[in-house]
Amino acid sequence: MPESTEQTAAQIEVAAGIPEWPTAPIEQAAAPHSAEPVVDIRDVRKVYSTGAVEVEALRGVSLRVDAGEYVAIMGPSGSGKSTLMNIIGCLDLLTSGSYRLAGEDVSHMSEEDLAMVRNRRIGFVFQQFNLLSGLTAWRNVELPLTYAGVRRTERKERAVRLLERVGLGDRIDHRPTELSGGQQSRVALARALVNRPSMVLADEPTGALDSKSTADVLSVFEELNSDGHTIVLITHEADVAAHARRVVRFRDGLIESDSGAAR
Amino acid sequence: MNWLETVRTSLEAIRSHRLRSGLTMLGILIGIAAVILTVGLGEGAQAQVTSAINSLGTNLLVVSPGSTTSNGVRGGAGSATTLTVEDATALSTPGVAPDIAAVAPTTSRSTSLAAGATTWTTSVVGTTPPWLSVRARTIAEGRFLTNADVTSEAANVVLGSSTADELFGTTNAVGRTVTISSIPFTVVGVLTSSGTSSSAQNQDDQAIVPISTDADRLIGGANRTSVQSIYLQATTENTLSAAYQEANQELLALHHITNTASADFTIASQQSLLDTASSVTKTLTLLLGGVAAISLLVGGIGVMNIMLVSVTERIKEIGLRKAIGASPVVIRRQFMVEASVLGFAGGLLGALLGIVGALILPHLMSTQIAISPSATVIAILTAVVIGLIFGVYPASRAARLAPIDALRSE
Repeated sequence: MPESTEQTAAQIEVAAGIPEWPTAPIEQAAAPHSAEPVVDIRDVRKVYSTGAVEVEALRGVSLRVDAGEYVAIMGPSGSGKSTLMNIIGCLDLLTSGSYRLAGEDVSHMSEEDLAMVRNRRIGFVFQQFNLLSGLTAWRNVELPLTYAGVRRTERKERAVRLLERVGLGDRIDHRPTELSGGQQSRVALARALVNRPSMVLADEPTGALDSKSTADVLSVFEELNSDGHTIVLITHEADVAAHARRVVRFRDGLIESDSGAAR
Repeated sequence: MNWLETVRTSLEAIRSHRLRSGLTMLGILIGIAAVILTVGLGEGAQAQVTSAINSLGTNLLVVSPGSTTSNGVRGGAGSATTLTVEDATALSTPGVAPDIAAVAPTTSRSTSLAAGATTWTTSVVGTTPPWLSVRARTIAEGRFLTNADVTSEAANVVLGSSTADELFGTTNAVGRTVTISSIPFTVVGVLTSSGTSSSAQNQDDQAIVPISTDADRLIGGANRTSVQSIYLQATTENTLSAAYQEANQELLALHHITNTASADFTIASQQSLLDTASSVTKTLTLLLGGVAAISLLVGGIGVMNIMLVSVTERIKEIGLRKAIGASPVVIRRQFMVEASVLGFAGGLLGALLGIVGALILPHLMSTQIAISPSATVIAILTAVVIGLIFGVYPASRAARLAPIDALRSE
């Protein structure tokens, strides 16, 4: 449907609205664009075909996440939670069903448009943090802004402000190898927040951390959520999921339970 | 992401792998330097040959005797004695060849000259007064030979500037005596230096005597009137081919030859000499240039190889960049810029090395190497294009990577 694609592209342009936002405090989340949920997935199926074998990773999943929610998605490996995370993160295409992200239908977008949506709507925190080792902390944080076309001076200003926000104001010129695991995770968080996304999507963010750093990171998540950020966290650790306001459990490609579904 | 950011990112990537980038550039560098040197060598040789041929004179035709056949052995062109002073006289007769302005029959031999205790071996040229204008030479001191010298078989000689230097040093040569084959000759003039010194034949080292004196008093014998070549000067550049036709017909008639294929002389124009010479240098340049082009191609493959390694090595980085918003177009552009920066840097350094080589090598070898600005610019552009061409495939591979696969890879 080319018409809707054009429309969404236009919406993204408007939503990008970069010049307007330095006036708003970075700590605050994006105001919801409408009453629309951030994530609205309906009857999503995902089939992987590796040669002759077809694996149905998601078998008709519907999920709605509203602005300001803190959701943990749980499940054993192979349950489909990683596939769902890829689809929510616009990293993978769904086989059937529909996905509206902050009001835009992204289920049939081109790769180019999806890159733009990821850049402006989603703040990723990966399990290994995936910081670029050749760049200093602030250069890592500003990376999404370079792809959004923000000017260099403004990029640095925003990156430094976010690093100060996550308590790394004295580490802006350190490279990832010079930072501890906990500090690296906070750099990754700052990078996820720098483009003022509609949602922070974290994939096992505590998987590579010791218990002290884990507690540290989780407290930052809670703080962000109380500031109004929407957070979706994928984990297999129950005590991590316990920090979330809502827990969605996966099993065999289907939602097994959803503590917040009633809301 | 704008172009400035893309270039900055690419430069960072290149800088973070200094050794690898350097070695990649080396391939391009050597190729470009080789191209610049071979093109320069070719152009230098061409310029050398052209100036040597042009220094012979302007609007020039050279008549040489045909080849001899004795006992079934064919001699080379010029070995026969079929051209004579009479041929030259006939061609210069008014009305015979209206498009020929001047005729200079010429003989030449290597002979020893003596001035007091000093002796010097040089080529003694027997000719007539038009030689000076036909060969586009001028007199520095004294005078050139006159028609009176020719008719009276005067023992007068005009020396080339180097010959005068060798025999008389810095003192004035005019009026002094030079002994050639034990006949004393009076030096009546010295030629201006021609300025070109082709190693094969030094235009400034010769002694010019009247052709009649040469024939009767120095050579003697039955073949005394035969000449080695007759220089003809056409009236203008446009009448060159008309002059050629007139000379050809007149000589055929004089020699009683009806079949042009069996002509016992050949007429060469400067243009035909230039064409022959430049076809030789062109072939040489093409050959060397081909070798240089192959080394450039190898350099390009080196760029592709390194870029492929780089894509594989940075698969996680690519995945991350894509996840946080780099579109395939942006990723492709980044790798293309990286490859062309490698090409450009290699090309720039190669051009530098080529120019340095072109400045140093002529001192070590007896060849001229021309530095052509246009060839240098083209070579650098070629290097960039090579980087781009060989960067296309690795860049597309990077652009096609699915972000999830790239992020997951270990």
